Amino acid sequence: MRIFDPHIHMTSRTTDDYARMAAAGVLAVVEPSFWLGQPRTNPGSFTDYFDSLLGWEPYRAAQFGVVHHATIALNPKEAGDPRCVPVLDLLPRYLDKDRVVAVGEIGYDSMTPEEDDAFERQLALAVEHDLPALVHTPHRDKARGTRRTLELVAASGIDPGRVAVDHLNEVTVGLVSGTGCWMGFSIYPETKMSPPRMVEILRRHGTERVLVNSAADWGVSDPLLTLETANAMLAAGFDEDDVDRVMWRNPVEFYAQSGRLDLTGLTAAEPSFAEPTFAGSSIKRGGE
Amino acid sequence: MNRPVEPSVKPPMRSSGTPPVQASDESIERLRDAFQGAPQEAWLDGAVEAVAGRPGSIARSFAAAGRRAGRAPLAGVPGWSADEAARALLLAALPHDRLTPETLDLYRYGDADEKRAVLKALPLLPIGTAAVPLLLDALRTNDARLLAAALGPYARHLDQAAWRQAVLKCVFTGVPLNAVDRLDERADAELAAMLAAFAEEREAAGRPMPQDAEALLRRLTSEET
Ligand SMILES: [Zn+2]
Repeated sequence: MRIFDPHIHMTSRTTDDYARMAAAGVLAVVEPSFWLGQPRTNPGSFTDYFDSLLGWEPYRAAQFGVVHHATIALNPKEAGDPRCVPVLDLLPRYLDKDRVVAVGEIGYDSMTPEEDDAFERQLALAVEHDLPALVHTPHRDKARGTRRTLELVAASGIDPGRVAVDHLNEVTVGLVSGTGCWMGFSIYPETKMSPPRMVEILRRHGTERVLVNSAADWGVSDPLLTLETANAMLAAGFDEDDVDRVMWRNPVEFYAQSGRLDLTGLTAAEPSFAEPTFAGSSIKRGGE
Repeated sequence: MNRPVEPSVKPPMRSSGTPPVQASDESIERLRDAFQGAPQEAWLDGAVEAVAGRPGSIARSFAAAGRRAGRAPLAGVPGWSADEAARALLLAALPHDRLTPETLDLYRYGDADEKRAVLKALPLLPIGTAAVPLLLDALRTNDARLLAAALGPYARHLDQAAWRQAVLKCVFTGVPLNAVDRLDERADAELAAMLAAFAEEREAAGRPMPQDAEALLRRLTSEET
């Protein structure tokens, strides 16, 4: 079984996670830029983070045979902070990079006018840079937030087929299913969505335009819940092709719209620098 | 701090024991010639011309070089890939007064491939010592691709202490020493002492010393009298 996790914050995870993920078949990941749990206080804090998402993190992932791409944005939780908003002017430079496969996570946290503005500007950047958009839906007041998200997406002029609306549940999936947008589901150990609930949604809505992710980060989360969901699908009677579609072909199709998804690392290791013994010494034993 | 130097260590070697693999003697002209008649030539010519006229355009063309010029090894220029060479040509097209600020910026906002391309291009550019801070930044990382690229011919601007630490870091992190330009010419008694101490630690840990480092240590200490 091959798994592509379309939303996971590897910066917050350990090398043990990478090893377990690779062993479980999680061979490709997309890491959206997001909040760090601790508020940032200036744009430089973002650029160092973006550099890490496009430099160190893919390098770290490659040591374990995992292909890493990123999405870049000013996240919704900080979009209302005037200390952070100037980073919007630095985004164009990052949105041109090879491994950037979408603008994201963008969207709403508290649905303020400041968040409207950042959301709108970043949807325009997605259109300008020919990139898909990954949209986070708020945890509080989710249904209203999802409706307002879809209105803003429609008004922006971006092709809905290039938008993934994430963190959906039984209540909000119906709002998105008829819009042409992709539907993202984050499987969490306690909150958001569980594997059995996800299987039920797949039974009702089908596998088309569905993305399943672990959204694992620094909170209570588990990078292998994608695998658990895949197994729950098989146990519930879905066949291997259904699982492959949801866990691999769908995310590949969505992010390939960027024209920058590069999965060649899965088959042909890059010369010299991806050799496990050589590269391994730099991280697995690094710092000794 | 002063590390005791073993008295038996011989002075720096002048004759090289290993052939340099780094493409140290490449020139902008040779990189340009390698694109002659290639399918990427039209894009490259357009981007180079744009950079000469509108230097700010390099931010986008530099980022796009991997997608536009490809990433395959460049025929006839060992050690260079097409995107690295294209990026070097874009840098070389900058008007002289914009070369330093744009180069520093492209490295600052570059992804790992772009940073590596900047480092590789430095010895081919009329930039003096202005880009030494970029080497120091790269040497601070644990990214083998950046460490290797930082130890090309431009590393002649590193002082001996920084250079020794960089070579030792290569040994430590497994970067092959053939990435280091003029290794035998620059290797000195102090480096030999550092390598000897490292070999001792490795032996104590029951782990092998990388062969190229062991060979270097041997060359530095073999002709003792
Ligand atoms: Zn997230």
